[in-house]
Amino acid sequence: MNVLLWVIVPYLCLAVFVVGHAWRYRYDKFGWTTRSSQLYEDRLLRLGSPLFHFGMLGVIGGHVIGLLVPRSWTAAVGIDDHLYHYAAVGGGLVAGVMTLVGMTILIYRRRTVGPVFSATTPMDKVMYAFLGAAIVLGMWNTIAGSVFSLGGEYNYREGVSVWYRSFLALQPDADLMAQAPIGFKLHALVAFGLFALWPFTRLVHVFSAPLGYLTRPYIVYRSRDDRPLGNAAPRRGWDQVGR
Amino acid sequence: MRVMAQMAMVMNLDKCIGCHTCSVTCKQAWTNRTGTEYVWFNNVETRPGLGYPRTYEDQEEWQGGWVRKPNGRLALRAGGRWKKLLTIFSNPKLPSIEDYYEPWTYDYETLTNSPQTDTFPVARPKSLISGKDMNVEWSANWDDDLGGSHEHAARDVMLKGIEDKVKLEFEQTFMFYLPRICEHCLNPSCAASCPSGAIYKRSEDGIVLVDQDRCRGWRMCVSGCPYKKVYFNHKTGKAEKCTFCYPRVEVGIPTVCSETCVGRLRYIGLMLYDADRVLEAASTEDEHGLYEAQRNVFLDPRDPEVERAALAAGIEPDWLEAAKRSPVLRLITDYQVALPLHPEYRTMPMVWYIPPLSPVVDVVQETGHDAEDRGNLFAAIDALRIPVEYLANLFTAGDVEPVDGVLKKLAAMRSYMRDINLGRDPDESIPAAVGMTGEQMYEMFRLLAIAKYAERYVIPSAHAEQAHALEELATDCAVDFDAAGSYYDQALLGEGAGYPTPVAVENFRMLQDRQTSDTLAAPDDKATRVNLLNWDGKGAPEGLFPPQRDRGGA
Repeated sequence: MNVLLWVIVPYLCLAVFVVGHAWRYRYDKFGWTTRSSQLYEDRLLRLGSPLFHFGMLGVIGGHVIGLLVPRSWTAAVGIDDHLYHYAAVGGGLVAGVMTLVGMTILIYRRRTVGPVFSATTPMDKVMYAFLGAAIVLGMWNTIAGSVFSLGGEYNYREGVSVWYRSFLALQPDADLMAQAPIGFKLHALVAFGLFALWPFTRLVHVFSAPLGYLTRPYIVYRSRDDRPLGNAAPRRGWDQVGR
Repeated sequence: MRVMAQMAMVMNLDKCIGCHTCSVTCKQAWTNRTGTEYVWFNNVETRPGLGYPRTYEDQEEWQGGWVRKPNGRLALRAGGRWKKLLTIFSNPKLPSIEDYYEPWTYDYETLTNSPQTDTFPVARPKSLISGKDMNVEWSANWDDDLGGSHEHAARDVMLKGIEDKVKLEFEQTFMFYLPRICEHCLNPSCAASCPSGAIYKRSEDGIVLVDQDRCRGWRMCVSGCPYKKVYFNHKTGKAEKCTFCYPRVEVGIPTVCSETCVGRLRYIGLMLYDADRVLEAASTEDEHGLYEAQRNVFLDPRDPEVERAALAAGIEPDWLEAAKRSPVLRLITDYQVALPLHPEYRTMPMVWYIPPLSPVVDVVQETGHDAEDRGNLFAAIDALRIPVEYLANLFTAGDVEPVDGVLKKLAAMRSYMRDINLGRDPDESIPAAVGMTGEQMYEMFRLLAIAKYAERYVIPSAHAEQAHALEELATDCAVDFDAAGSYYDQALLGEGAGYPTPVAVENFRMLQDRQTSDTLAAPDDKATRVNLLNWDGKGAPEGLFPPQRDRGGA
C-alpha cells in the first residue's frame, strides 16, 4: 500500500505531467493560453488575481526552499530550527492567506459573474477542486501542525522533504511518508493529482511566464512562413503544430 | 541604409460615403465567429464622434503608444518591461466589453413560434456574452451620422482645445467618415507590448500579425495599441487583429475592405523605407515634426542609389518595379496630399488619409457662392478654422499648416479641372498657387477620381518559388501540364490529389478576368458570345461553361 501511494502513484503522476506537457505543446499550441476573462469583468479580477498569483509565487518559493533545501544546509549557514520555523510559518502564512483570499475572490467571481461562469469548462471545475483542496490542506498543515501543534510535533524537514528528495533522486523511501501525519499525506496526494491534471488544464500558462520579454528587442521581425501562397495548407488532425 | 518594403494604404476621405460596406465584408470574411462578435478589424467612424472603442484616442486614459522621455528615448506610455510583467495578472488599462459594446442577437424564434395574438410578437435582444435579455445601449457605430451627438460628441477627444468654437457654430456642423483598419505601423507598440513576442512584423511586406500559436493571452497588446485595433478573442483567449488580408495580398489581390469599397477610395501599394532611421524619426522632439520625419524615412525607389540598396537588401526586382508604380508613393511623397493618422502616438502608422475637403465645400455651397472657385475655397479654408483644426488634431498632431496645404491642393484641383471639363483653357496659375504643375495636377486628378483597379492597387505577389521548390522536390513535375496552374495541377494523381486550389487563387483568376475586361459582357466579340435564345440545348457551345479538362464535353 505504501509503495503504491508513495512510489507508484507519484511517479505515474510525474510521468503524465512531463509527457502530457510535451504532447500538449506539440499538438495544441493554439490552446495554450491563460484564457483570461478580464474582458467580462474587471473589478473583482483586479483585486483577486494579483493576490492569488503573487501569493502563489510565494507559496511555490516556500515549497522549493522547504522541500529541496536539507536541514543540514540551513544549519550550516547558522539558521537554527527555531528561526527557520518562524520564517517558514510567517512567510507561509502571508503567502497562504494571500493565495486563499485571492482564490476565494476569484472563485466567487467565477460563480457569480454570468459570462465568466459560462466560460468555465468542466476541466476548469475539476482543476479548481484539486487546486483548492491542495491549498486548504497546505494551510491546515501550516496552521494546525506548526502553529497549534495539533496531533503532536512533526518536522516535515525530517520526513516529507527527505522523501521528496529521495523521490526526485529516483530512490524513493516510502516509509518516510507512511509516518507523516494524515494532513501532509493528503496534501501530497492531492498535489500529485493536480500535477497529473496540469497539462490538460489552463495551468499550462505557468510555463509560458514571459521572462524572455525582459531581454528581447521590442519589435519582432519575422519572415513569411514557407507555405503555399494565399492560405495555409489544410492541417490534418494528426499534424504537428508549427512544423 | 537598410531598405525594407511596407504594404501601405491611403484612403481618400472625400469619397467615403459612410456605407460601412468595408466593415461588413471584412466582418463576414474574418470575424464572423464566436468570440469575435465585437471585433471590427475595419470600422467606420463618424467624426466628430467617439470612435470605437469609445474615446480610444484619449491616451491619458488608455496609455497606448509611445512617449518621448526627457532624455530623448522612446518608452511605451503604459510602462516598460518590468511594469508589464508586474501587472500581468490584471492588465490595468484593458478596455472592458462595455467600452466596446455588449454584442447581441435577437430571439427570432419567438416570431415564428408565437401563437396568434392581438399584438405583434417581439424578438428580444439577447446578449451574446451572457445569453440573457439585454438592453441595447451602444454598438460599434452608435453615433453614426452624428446620431445622439448632442449628448456624446462633446467627449470627442479630438475636440480638445477647440470645444468653444464648435459649440458656437454647431448649427453649421461639419461631419465626415473615418474608416479605420490596423495601421501596420513601422514602430508598432502592440508588438513591443507583447510579453510573449507573438506579434511580429513581416520582414517582406511589413504586415503586423499575431502568431496564434505563440499568443498566450496576456492582453498587453490591446492596451499597447493606441488605435485599439488589437482585439481579444474571448473564446480562444488569444489576440486577433487586422491581417491586411495577407492571404489575398500575397497572391496580388487587394484587401477585402478595399476590394468591396463602394467609393473606391482606397489605394494599396508598396512604400520603401529605411529601417535604420525609424526609431530616430519616431523620437522627434516636436510632435508637429513627426509627419515630416516619417516622410523622410521613406525612400524613393526611383532613386538609383535606393534601387541598388534595395536589390542588395534582397527586395526582388518585381517588387521594386511595383514600388515605383505605387499609388501610395505618389499620394504621400509626390503630391503630399496624404497624412498619417495620429502621428503623435509615435508608432509611425502606415495607413494614411487624404483629409476631406467636402466639409469646406458644403459650407461655401450653402452660402450661395461658387464652391468650385479657387478664391472662394481658399478663403473658406482659411476662415473655417474648425474643420481644419479638427483635421489637424487627427492627422498632424495639431499642426494646421500641412492640412491647410492639402486642402488647398484639393481645392485647386477642383477649380483647375472645372476649366478643363468645361472645355475652357486651363488656368496654369491655379496649380502654381499650390506649388504644382498643371500636368502633376491632372495626374493627381486622374489618380484620385478615375483611376482603374490596376492603378489603385499595385500589389506584387509574394515570392514563394523557392519555398515551393524545397517543399515539393520529390513530387515536382518536369513537364508543365497547365501553364496557368501547374502547381495545383491534379491531372497526374486524379482529382483531390495534391493541394486544393486555394480559394484566394480561384477568386483571383475569376476577378482578374472580370476586372481586366473593360466591357460588361465577356467575351466581347459577337462571334464567340453564346446566344441562349437560339441555343437548342445540344452540345456545349464554347464559352457557356467553364472549361473542363478530363470529362470531354458537358
